[in-house]
Amino acid sequence: MSEQKIDGFELKPGFKGMASDTGSDQTMFKGVHWGKAMMWIFLLSDTFVFSCFLISYMKGRGSTIVDWPNTSEVFSLYVGGVPVPLLLIAIMTFVLITSSGTMALAVKYGYEKNRKMCGWLILATAVGGLTFVGMQVFEWSKLIHEGVRPWGNPFGASQFGSFFFMITGFHGFHVSIGVIFLFIYTYKVFAGHYESKKRGWFTKMKGDYVEIEILGLYWHFVDLVWVFIFAFFYLW
Amino acid sequence: MEETNKINEKTKKDEQTSTQKIGIYLWIWLLLFVLSFFSYMVDWYQFQGMLRWSLILFFMFLKAGLIMAFFMHLFWERYALVNVLLWPMTAIACFIFLMTAEFKYTLFSRFFYFVVGGA
Repeated sequence: MSEQKIDGFELKPGFKGMASDTGSDQTMFKGVHWGKAMMWIFLLSDTFVFSCFLISYMKGRGSTIVDWPNTSEVFSLYVGGVPVPLLLIAIMTFVLITSSGTMALAVKYGYEKNRKMCGWLILATAVGGLTFVGMQVFEWSKLIHEGVRPWGNPFGASQFGSFFFMITGFHGFHVSIGVIFLFIYTYKVFAGHYESKKRGWFTKMKGDYVEIEILGLYWHFVDLVWVFIFAFFYLW
Repeated sequence: MEETNKINEKTKKDEQTSTQKIGIYLWIWLLLFVLSFFSYMVDWYQFQGMLRWSLILFFMFLKAGLIMAFFMHLFWERYALVNVLLWPMTAIACFIFLMTAEFKYTLFSRFFYFVVGGA
């Protein structure tokens, strides 16, 4: 959330504010921390990367003359001998949303300087992300055992495997990187780096809880991408 | 002097705690769970055709919108930032449009040459 007041000047809201912000010959994103603006620009470019993957998946799936594998059967799990469609994927979705919620609360408690609460919530987010990656490893190994390969599979169109491994793999990579940083920031919060204004690595920026919001933006983006993958790859 | 310091401390504290109420995050969290449950039900009840696709898209855009607006705070950001982030999405829409035409053409040529056997 950007501050609406800077050095005593009241900023105009809405489109008028946008016009004066862009035309002011100063910083364009007023009241927005530069780190946050940079994270948003990075996420925008990442959006394009994931869009290219999903669009190529659309093109590949739309242009094959062989039937696409029925995802609700391919991704079903047997519980007591009964196949439950998309069970693992549903649990993964709920785990990721849970971790997104704890992250949102961590950002809130961070801005309120509630160090302990913020730290525990980031730790919970990290554990959620780790659970997600663990389940994805299980899903991958199950499919590989069933004979799904990037060049073919026993269920239908041979393009299925390459799109599956590429898209979920790239998403899982994002989650893994996020988990690593969540653990690092758990340490930084509990160690009180934001109270002592300790500098981070590779930067002259003094520690501040805005870093937690920047981390949160990345984590919510990972959840956001999963919303699209869940809809287009698993449900469609 | 001590009095003004106290006031300064107080206003400082007020500024720091000017975050959103916890209720809004909990509500959005709950809504995301409910919407995910609904989109899972789309598969559970095996809806097919236009009903399936429109429901999937509806729940997807609703979830994405809630995450961006409230969890990522875009709802409270200044328009300068929001517009810089959202307008590039039209380029993606254009790309989707182009590739839809492309896959239809590829599908047509595959049917024509692989199945029908050419002219």
